Amino acid sequence: MAVSTPAGPAAQPGQTQPRQVQQIRRHQWGSVLWSAARTPRGAIGLGLASFVVLVAVIGPFVAPDSPNALVTLAFGKPSGQFLLGGDEYGRDVLSRVLNGGWVLLIMAVGATALGIAGGAAAGVSAAYLRGVSDGIIMRTVDVILSFPQLVFALLLLSLLGPKLWLITITVGVSHAPQVARVLRSATLDVSERDFVKAAELQGMRPAKVMWKEILPNLISPLMVEAGLRLTYSIVIMAGLAFLGFGQPPPAASWGTMINENREGLSLNPWAVVVPALLIALLTIGTNTFTDAFARVAIGVDRRPEEAALIDDLGQESA
Amino acid sequence: MSQSVTPRVETTAFQREVRLRVTGLEVRMGRSGPDVVRDVSFAVPAGEVLGLVGESGSGKTTVALALLGHTRRGLRIAAGQVLLDGIDLLALGQRDLRAARGARVSYVAQDPSSALNPTLRVGTQIREVLRAHAGVVDDAGRAGDRVAEVMREAYLDPTPEMLRRYPHQLSGGQQQRIALAMAFACRPSLIVLDEPTTGLDVSTQRRVLDTVRSLCDSYGVAAVYVSHDLAVVSGLVSGVAVMYAGRIVEIGSTARLFGEPVHPYTRGLIGAVPSPDRAEVLTSIDGQQPRPGRRGAGCSFAARCSYAIGDCTTKAPEPVTVAGRSVRCLRAYDIQVLQPKPLPVAPGPPAVGSTSTLSARGVVARYGSTPVLSGIDLEVPPRACVAVVGESGSGKTTLARCVAGLHSNWTGEISFQGAPLARGARQRDKDVLRRVQYIFQNPYTSLNPRKTVGQIIEEQLKQVTGLSRRERSAQVGAVLEDVSLGPDLLYNYPDQLSGGERQRVAIARALVVQPDLLICDEVTSSLDVSVQAVIVELLRRIQRERHLAMIFITHNLALVRSIAQSAVVLRQGAVAESGPVEQILEHPADPYTQRLMEDMPKLEQSQNNAPPSPRPA
Repeated sequence: MAVSTPAGPAAQPGQTQPRQVQQIRRHQWGSVLWSAARTPRGAIGLGLASFVVLVAVIGPFVAPDSPNALVTLAFGKPSGQFLLGGDEYGRDVLSRVLNGGWVLLIMAVGATALGIAGGAAAGVSAAYLRGVSDGIIMRTVDVILSFPQLVFALLLLSLLGPKLWLITITVGVSHAPQVARVLRSATLDVSERDFVKAAELQGMRPAKVMWKEILPNLISPLMVEAGLRLTYSIVIMAGLAFLGFGQPPPAASWGTMINENREGLSLNPWAVVVPALLIALLTIGTNTFTDAFARVAIGVDRRPEEAALIDDLGQESA
Repeated sequence: MSQSVTPRVETTAFQREVRLRVTGLEVRMGRSGPDVVRDVSFAVPAGEVLGLVGESGSGKTTVALALLGHTRRGLRIAAGQVLLDGIDLLALGQRDLRAARGARVSYVAQDPSSALNPTLRVGTQIREVLRAHAGVVDDAGRAGDRVAEVMREAYLDPTPEMLRRYPHQLSGGQQQRIALAMAFACRPSLIVLDEPTTGLDVSTQRRVLDTVRSLCDSYGVAAVYVSHDLAVVSGLVSGVAVMYAGRIVEIGSTARLFGEPVHPYTRGLIGAVPSPDRAEVLTSIDGQQPRPGRRGAGCSFAARCSYAIGDCTTKAPEPVTVAGRSVRCLRAYDIQVLQPKPLPVAPGPPAVGSTSTLSARGVVARYGSTPVLSGIDLEVPPRACVAVVGESGSGKTTLARCVAGLHSNWTGEISFQGAPLARGARQRDKDVLRRVQYIFQNPYTSLNPRKTVGQIIEEQLKQVTGLSRRERSAQVGAVLEDVSLGPDLLYNYPDQLSGGERQRVAIARALVVQPDLLICDEVTSSLDVSVQAVIVELLRRIQRERHLAMIFITHNLALVRSIAQSAVVLRQGAVAESGPVEQILEHPADPYTQRLMEDMPKLEQSQNNAPPSPRPA
């Protein structure tokens, strides 16, 4: 009587029911992303990050002035014409802010992709192949890890010169060891499961086992790592730009702007605060969304009824 | 000694008194969700054990936890009473409830290794219970004495060394007896046991069951014993409640219920239990238990019931009393007369050829430097099924893994169809990999959760055969049909399937490449009894139809008779006994086999001196 569906499911034989009940489709990581975005935490994170990305992407098209034109007074106060005032040479801060984000974003995404790909390859193969490969890969990782990330990047850049592609690669490489660590332990767990053994009994080559059987089961840690590394990439690149390793001078960049304009902090604080705020919002946004995703992926934010249903059916415990 | 005599005197006074009475218990999901458990009513007299049996998803654990006023996350006790010595536990406040738990009602969990705190000595853990409920036991001031006393009651030796041990230093059986000692420490009125012997060997299981029985008996404790294993329950309890889809469908005395089951579901369950005494075709129940929220208006079992009539799908059956037990079935009176047919005898063994499909000589296997198998001989004739039986740690799975190529640290000789087998799967050629197929114990981990059923089965064909895409998909379709799965399952992911369906997919993956030898490693041990029957019947049919040689690894001697022609009993990595199944089960020569046979729980269908039944409330 309590059941609200009068006709359908009641009349059908048992065979087709479990597939209707299926509410959490754990095999589709896209739906995990979607349900993460629907949690309050995820919505806030996604909102913040999207706002900053939007500023960076459409900024260059809506900027009122050229980012490099000397149009107002050095450290000029905000006015009706120059909403955020002027910078150290009297360039429009608003225009520079709107132009200064997209390069940073592209570089951060590139470095993250590089770090994830390299780290995942190293971590998964170390864990799956074990033995000598594990030893070599993980000791290399330990060596890289022994340098602080920023120091490592500075070291390489001062040796090879500050080129944008080099910065991207350097930051990517500095991410790889941490990613490798995380994915190695995740792989150790997955590779002990019977379906991996079943693939080995079919005579599947190790590379294929890793790519086809193991990697698809690592989507959750991979996504979480990607979010985390993206956050760190932004921070490190902004930091490098602040230290002078970034786009060369006339170009606008949020990190460089903080450095250039800090002397005029008392005259026009907006020239420092706005780029700093955008970087902060972006990192908080990506980090919050990653956190929401991780929670959904491990079932913390799963609706309690669903969790209980799964327990009661003994599906998870076995 | 004197301690155990005193309560005995008390017991006789309580003998007929009902200790626990549950009425109209209902547990729901969330605030407005569907019911998980409904209309559950029963009563348990002092000193007796009620068995709560059902398959996974029947709600038996939910009921067990509700007896302690507890639910799992997301569930809520919506209605009902749990009267313990006349006091409703569900009406108590948080503080009173906490005082009652452990003292008046206690709980023994399924897995003792996770129920005990690994960082505390066992003596400390038992003492903690007494300290938490100071004053409940009269001599609580002398907690040390009481600890020793309860340990003796649980058949543990309360030596100082024993008390100082950590849980991991004890065997599984000892751990469970520590948990029992903790549960009985405050002399509760009710003790709830949730599958306490699952995962223990038969001999250990028997000792734990004996402990439970004697403790309940001597202290007048009412017990509720949750189990999916009908054979275990039949030897222990005086009354049984069979749960299906959140309701009790039949409740009565053990002898009546197992001797002459009335409810079609109970009949199905009992038919699915393998017997070591006869080679039977196990009957199975088609279909699946409906989940909460999908149970419909009528009888939840109607869709799977062979006795169902039109009314069954529309009218919810109320409990009726038939032949001395309460049954929730519209046709109880009609069905009661139609006693089930005697179970058919399984067809005899097929013709056996001369040269063995598989022959192992002096196999010695190690994990690292620890020997696991010492000199095993095994012969598997073509078209024959050989059962390898043993307790956990006997090396039976290691033997299977050596043959399959999963474990390569072994010496000796294993030859397959006359040619020696390479140690590991990597060294074997595609043709051998195809001919020898292995089915894993746990279908929840043996299928890649990110692949569809179709992809899982097709991958096997891609790897070991050179078939074209069209041929492959034809074979996948054919093999699914062969294991009685519909083609609509092709695009489903494993987590959308039930345990039985998953295991059938695993079997299909092995069969699709036309193997000659099938190794089944405890393939039914993680499945419910009715599903176990389906899988065993499927394997037997396929083995005969396809003339397969088969190695069937199991810890369950009762299953052996239903499927195998000969058996090998392993003990601590050596062969204790081998020979035809009839000989081993009926006239075991080795003392170890004899003990296994003796300790094995059997479904006792005709108990004459059965204890009195609990009265359905």
